[in-house]
Amino acid sequence: MSRKPYVREMPRFAWVFRHPRYLRYMTRELSCLFIGAYTLLLVAGIGRLAEGPAAYEAFLEALKSPLSIAFHVLALGFAIYHSITWFNLTPKALPVQIGEEFAPDWVITGAHHVIWVLLSLGILSLAGAF
Amino acid sequence: MAKSNKPLVWGPFAAGGTITAFVTPVLIVLTLLAALGYVPEMLGYENLRGVLAHWFAKLSVSVIIFLSLWSVAHRLRITCYDLGVRADALVAAALYLAAVLGSVAAVVYLARI
Amino acid sequence: MSERLVEVEVLRYNPETDSEPHFQRYSVSCEEEWVVLDALNHVKETIDPTLSYRWSCHMAVCGSCGMMINGEPKLACKAFLRNYEGVIRVEPLAHFPIERDLVTVIDDFVSKLARVKPYLIPKEDKPLSAGEYRQTPAQLKKYKQYTLCINCMLCYSACPEYGLIPKYIGPAALSLAHRYNADSRDGGREERAQEVAATEGVWDCSFVGACSEVCPEHVDPASAIQQEKIANMVDWYKEHLMPGGAK
Repeated sequence: MSRKPYVREMPRFAWVFRHPRYLRYMTRELSCLFIGAYTLLLVAGIGRLAEGPAAYEAFLEALKSPLSIAFHVLALGFAIYHSITWFNLTPKALPVQIGEEFAPDWVITGAHHVIWVLLSLGILSLAGAF
Repeated sequence: MAKSNKPLVWGPFAAGGTITAFVTPVLIVLTLLAALGYVPEMLGYENLRGVLAHWFAKLSVSVIIFLSLWSVAHRLRITCYDLGVRADALVAAALYLAAVLGSVAAVVYLARI
Repeated sequence: MSERLVEVEVLRYNPETDSEPHFQRYSVSCEEEWVVLDALNHVKETIDPTLSYRWSCHMAVCGSCGMMINGEPKLACKAFLRNYEGVIRVEPLAHFPIERDLVTVIDDFVSKLARVKPYLIPKEDKPLSAGEYRQTPAQLKKYKQYTLCINCMLCYSACPEYGLIPKYIGPAALSLAHRYNADSRDGGREERAQEVAATEGVWDCSFVGACSEVCPEHVDPASAIQQEKIANMVDWYKEHLMPGGAK
């Protein structure tokens, strides 16, 4: 009997559509595009701030364009998705053993979510947002 | 098989992923408020310059920006490979360089404040 | 017991006559409590004796009957027909070459498994008279879940990185390496690091997490791999950045 194994080629990128879990993974990974673009926007803002009051006011004015608002809303959605997925996976990377038993995942994830919310509220309040 | 030097690039990725998870959403909310016309007090010209005048604020902002950009670059590098762009060395060099340049720009701007 | 007519579509490949695989459909009269493996056995016994597939224990212990069932890597002996509607599509495990029908070529996994030295390498050899290597329940708990791996390779079929990077050592072998690295009696971590800390080791993992989702024994290879990444990162920084740390 002769052997002639058949190799199924992996599609170049269409594998992403083979299963919902791969689409969720890609969504998580592509959140980095929005976080990256937003961070560059911050760098640009700091640059305008360094240039002087007129440049900075122009920057704040430019933020008000519909395109900018749409970008902010999208970026916020993806950034939150990144935070949630990141904290959900944290207990896998950093399991905590207390005595004999490991702390349940939800305790570690929950602690991160609580700290995240408190930190966000703290920053908002420091910044005078409310 | 030789041990990999990937930890060099993975360490800042993991740190940056954690930092962006904690702070990026709230930063977006702040500038979103400004975009909607409700500029938070701290984002006013005088206030923000006052905060960023302190060396510790400059350092923190620089570190946050570097780690954020680096983690984005690293993730995007892997996504490029996942989506069929297989020139990994080229992609990696371009993305890490972009992250470093963005961070250098931030440091230069902050030094002028 | 109620019977139900189930349509099963099986990917067939005969290396002697076929240039590529094709689907063949069978109508099988099944009992309510049957699993996919029962349906395949019924096909082989009553309809088509040429159908080839691996199986042995029929109780999710041997790890032989892994296959893609409606696109999801599953043990055929654990996939109950009552959980499926319509035509059930059965294919060989993804990412492995097909030997014949549902039988795959698993040499790649077996050689990778051997490379990570999945056995205890004692810290110090002691004579039999010195007694057992003792361990507390807490030390046992650190690695116990990873001992449950049955080498069924479902995780390899679920992992897109293994599909994209054939050299990648992959979830099961890495999580078994971690099983021994995390064992208090073991001293082989540095030896295993030659494979585990290589680029084709943990660093080709992008934490998709699919391996842990499909594991029939509820092992968490994704967790093992991330823990190994962190441990090896700490080692790397110690070796390269600490004064006198270079080896």
